[in-house]
Amino acid sequence: MADKKTLTFAIMDPPYENPRTTTVLRLVDLAVKRGYDVNVFAYEGAVNVPFAKQTPHANAVHGRDVEQEDHPNPKDWVAALYKEAEKRGSKIDWVQCGLCVDERGAGEFIAGPRRGSPADFVKFAEESDNTLVIPTK
Amino acid sequence: MAKKILNVIESAYRATLEEQDDTIVWLTHAMKGAGADLGVLLRGNAVNYAVKGQDASGLSFGERKQTQPPRLDEDLGKLLPKGVKVMLVQEDVSERGIETSQLIGGVELVARASLPKLFGGYDMVWHW
Repeated sequence: MADKKTLTFAIMDPPYENPRTTTVLRLVDLAVKRGYDVNVFAYEGAVNVPFAKQTPHANAVHGRDVEQEDHPNPKDWVAALYKEAEKRGSKIDWVQCGLCVDERGAGEFIAGPRRGSPADFVKFAEESDNTLVIPTK
Repeated sequence: MAKKILNVIESAYRATLEEQDDTIVWLTHAMKGAGADLGVLLRGNAVNYAVKGQDASGLSFGERKQTQPPRLDEDLGKLLPKGVKVMLVQEDVSERGIETSQLIGGVELVARASLPKLFGGYDMVWHW
């Protein structure tokens, strides 16, 4: 598509900490559904959003077993976004800040995201129609 | 005899979609189950947890749908029959335009000016 637009999101927050993680994934979901290509630069704690070893659990306080609880892991949300993009003919390029990954021992992330550096973020910003930074507060 | 602990919850809606609950309300349930003597005081934006009929359903990413959205008002209400007193700072409720009729039953409103006396009735006060 000649007029296909690209949006870049920079995110910083780790999963399970605040609503910004969910918000950015909702924005990516909408962008993909509306036909945009999306870049994500995951910086600092955000490299743990697609961490592969996230595991759903039962919840005794809720009185639900693991299946009933259907506990969402953000890595599954990221995987669902990739599937949605494929279905819609859009592309997600999710870059994990490599040094941030190393600091956290977070090298095992799901298929889709790739290791990169701030240089990728520069390239994203240069080549995108717009860039939204959602920083840690 | 167990020490009396007051959980003051101020951080509101922090990762409630991912956790499918509020982490400190959840922790209060879990600690109560382990024998703790607890009370809860909601302040700031967290007073909204006591508003009846909140609906966080409908979240989805691609085809991945959330089936168990957080039910914060219900989770809070379930503390009451366990013997956990749930209180709200009255001014924080009124400043947000929340009517008392909108709140779940069984919660108590406490004025800011009475907080020192309230805190004095507990062995430990934890501000979350």
